[in-house]
Amino acid sequence: MRENVVIRTVSRLSIPFIQLFSLYVIVHGASGAGGGFQGGVVFAASFILMLIAFGLSGIRGRISEKGTMVLAATGVFIYAGIGLLCILFSGNYLAYAAIESALGIPHLHGLLIDLVEAGIGITVMAVMTSIILDFADKEGNIRD
Amino acid sequence: MKKLALIAVLFIGIILFWAVEDMPAFGDPDAPANQYVAQMYIERTLPDIGIDNIVTAILASYRGFDTLGETVVIFTAGISVILLLRRGEQL
Repeated sequence: MRENVVIRTVSRLSIPFIQLFSLYVIVHGASGAGGGFQGGVVFAASFILMLIAFGLSGIRGRISEKGTMVLAATGVFIYAGIGLLCILFSGNYLAYAAIESALGIPHLHGLLIDLVEAGIGITVMAVMTSIILDFADKEGNIRD
Repeated sequence: MKKLALIAVLFIGIILFWAVEDMPAFGDPDAPANQYVAQMYIERTLPDIGIDNIVTAILASYRGFDTLGETVVIFTAGISVILLLRRGEQL
């Protein structure tokens, strides 16, 4: 499939737009239809398209097995860390209102929800990409 | 045996279609499903949390602990696939 110039060109053109759209979906989670799970899957879809169109050698330096694992742990860490932050501001675990009332910043609750959604998105993106990297062989073909 | 299965399927299907008539209309505000906690979420999302999206408010704030568990489930699934399929020596 990598010999096909149409597929390579179309992939190269559409991948930035897919990734931009996925970031929009994640950030838009608090005010409209969207969220971390959906945005993360769309972001992973751009990596899967990259893998299918360019092969494992074509994505070397952009995503790696180790990097996806670190990112997956980072997403969970962001989510759990915000929960612990609420305890530091003398609230319950994941009770964002405690931070909002302690700092006195309006709309902080929504911003913390966005941060949590970003953590979810990072984890989902990294796990999906890691799974597809494990399924692919050295040429980038998906093993049966 | 096949005839018996067909009769059972038809019987249960007729009972289910018969029960459909008693269900509340779609989007009925007096339906039991819209009577209890849904009302509270709709009324209190904006003053409590200050965002427009009720679904996200429930997902990430009212039931944030549940969503944390979901994220950990996805993380665990990724680790399991690595343990089963990754053939390299180092992670």
